[in-house]
Amino acid sequence: MRRGMHSHYVLKRLLQIIPTFLAVMLVVFLLVRLLPGDPASAILGDRATADIVERTNRQLGLDQPLPTQFALFVWNLLQGNLGDSISLKVPVLRLIGERLPVTLFLTVYAAALGLLLAVPLAVLAAVRRNTWVDALIRGVFQVGLSLPVFYVALQLLTLLGARLGWFPIGGYGSGTLGHLYHLFLPALTLGLNLAAVLVRTLRSSVIEVITAEYVEFARAKGLRPRLIMTRHVLRNALIPTVTLLGLNIGALIGGAVITETVFAIPGVGRLMVDAIFGRDYPVIQGLTLTFAVIVSLVFLLTDLIHARLDPRTELS
Amino acid sequence: MSAPPALLQVRDLNVRMPTPAGTLHVVRGVTFGVQPGEMLGLVGESGSGKSVTLRALMGLYRRPVTVSGTVEFAGQDLLRASEAQWQATRGAQIGMIFQEPMSALNPVLTVGTQIMENLRTHRGLRGRAAAERAAELLDLTGIPSPRARLNDYPHQFSGGMRQRAMIAIALASEPRLLLADEPTTALDVTIQDQILRLLLRLREELNMSVILVTHDLGVIAQTCDRVAVMYGGRLMETAPVGALFREPRHAYSLGLLRSLPGSGARRAPLQPIPGGPPNLLALPPGCAFSPRCAYASGACLGAEPPLVPVAPDRASACVHAAALPSLTGEVSA
Ligand SMILES: Nc1ncnc2c1ncn2[C@@H]1O[C@H](COP(=O)(O)OP(=O)(O)OP(=O)(O)O)[C@@H](O)[C@H]1O
Ligand code: SF4
Ligand SMILES: [Mg+2]
Repeated sequence: MRRGMHSHYVLKRLLQIIPTFLAVMLVVFLLVRLLPGDPASAILGDRATADIVERTNRQLGLDQPLPTQFALFVWNLLQGNLGDSISLKVPVLRLIGERLPVTLFLTVYAAALGLLLAVPLAVLAAVRRNTWVDALIRGVFQVGLSLPVFYVALQLLTLLGARLGWFPIGGYGSGTLGHLYHLFLPALTLGLNLAAVLVRTLRSSVIEVITAEYVEFARAKGLRPRLIMTRHVLRNALIPTVTLLGLNIGALIGGAVITETVFAIPGVGRLMVDAIFGRDYPVIQGLTLTFAVIVSLVFLLTDLIHARLDPRTELS
Repeated sequence: MSAPPALLQVRDLNVRMPTPAGTLHVVRGVTFGVQPGEMLGLVGESGSGKSVTLRALMGLYRRPVTVSGTVEFAGQDLLRASEAQWQATRGAQIGMIFQEPMSALNPVLTVGTQIMENLRTHRGLRGRAAAERAAELLDLTGIPSPRARLNDYPHQFSGGMRQRAMIAIALASEPRLLLADEPTTALDVTIQDQILRLLLRLREELNMSVILVTHDLGVIAQTCDRVAVMYGGRLMETAPVGALFREPRHAYSLGLLRSLPGSGARRAPLQPIPGGPPNLLALPPGCAFSPRCAYASGACLGAEPPLVPVAPDRASACVHAAALPSLTGEVSA
């Protein structure tokens, strides 16, 4: 019965996503057209005559009134067609299909590294709260939080990549191990940033849970300290962290755009940057749609995990 | 006449808690013993230090709270025990029922998990055997269709059922000593009766000792062998239950008994003790109860009266212990 209720809920949430997408698409559609410059000049360069620019615009369908362009875009979208890239002349869908796995890999990798750093350090800070250990952990991450992602990326690149030569300074590698190796520095960059956000929340929720009466009761039951920490403390303390992690997925993807550029990783982040500079409207629109889908799905997933972790949650 | 060795012997137990307003001396020099199979009632007004005493016995306090004195359980001093000795005692040989079942049960774990983790840790039961036993324990405490309820979360239980689940958890390890902090307050009379009967039966079957904390002298009269009366962090009087009810030897015990509603033909007017619990940061000189005591005299105001033997098996910290009226006369009058 629970199961049935869940799938009903998931379906409802998925249907709710559709109007959100339409709104996102409209905003992006208008925004890209507000950017100074246009695709034709970007393709043809400064020396093109007004005549040629106009002809190119006509070929690209950009001479139509905006409502017509938008209707056409939505119509194509409904048929699973995101259009062709203006500069690369290939279907946007194929471009995204090639690049997206790289970015997803990087994002998941970064989230994993972030959690791997944040959970033990937050627990340590909470257990040793108000000691120098706590102060050190919090201080380091406080500083980390105020450093821009590209700065951290460059520092890691210089130190661990160029100077010590422990990790490659760019590229994607091949095979899972190759990806793990090549993406280590960019994932660490993003993971550190994420950990800085998570440590603070996790530390305070661990402190809150450690002093809860049910943890005292667990101690009175004579359970082993490790079991108390994992089953009674972390299970509860991770609930707000999951939500926070989900909310930060947008920031993580935003960070991926920057890191992919710094580390020359062939993901959608790089694609996005190139598309913006090239005024490649269909690619920008396609990517935005993709990001919106991912963020919505992650939010949904977050809610489902939250419900799993906290049986008191009512999904509705 | 040498008494059999006590299962638990507490001597001069003190608990101090630093707070922003100053250090609270919450439990002050508490001394008592519990025999194997004995049921000791611990009674006193709200804030008198009953729960803190139980928590201290379980070794649940950590810095900045300090606990001193000796807590001798089955011959070993728990306050000086190693972590390994504690591991073999806490939860295993001494079980505890917390006062607030809502906050003491973990909200994200099923009731079954919370019973079975005890069975696994202390009884070595796992898998199906643990589930069977857990259902048995729920059944024992009177929870209907126990097998199905194992998969429920605490918030799906009613207040009374949570209380019973807590009892099932504490009993899972079959402890030799059960510390029960108001185990029946949340329950209606029928269920309260059931639970008390259960405790009495377990005491018979397992020769389990129980310290039963309650506000309710009626519950004590019904179940306990001995009673310890607590006030302002100190024991005021310890006595066999019958003797205390007939002939209290402390003015505070007398006050408590007089505030009991009589029953049946003995219905006497209720006389609550005027005034409120003492401020631990500003205790009066001498007896802590003196500002509220009808019998107070100059003799009560010097040093705090110690708990001293006043009869075989009885002790009192009242200067005027011998001068207090016995209640039998009053009731029959
Ligand atoms: N963690 C704590 N920090 C500060 N003061 C505390 C703490 N725990 C208990 N106290 C104080 O110690 C005193 C005794 O509390 P305790 O809980 O033992 O009372 P009690 O006799 O169990 O009362 P009740 O019948 O209401 O449960 C109270 O004044 C309480 O405010
Ligand atoms: S010692 Fe004195 S003040 Fe205290 S209870 Fe006895 S008679 Fe009252
Ligand atoms: Mg209490």
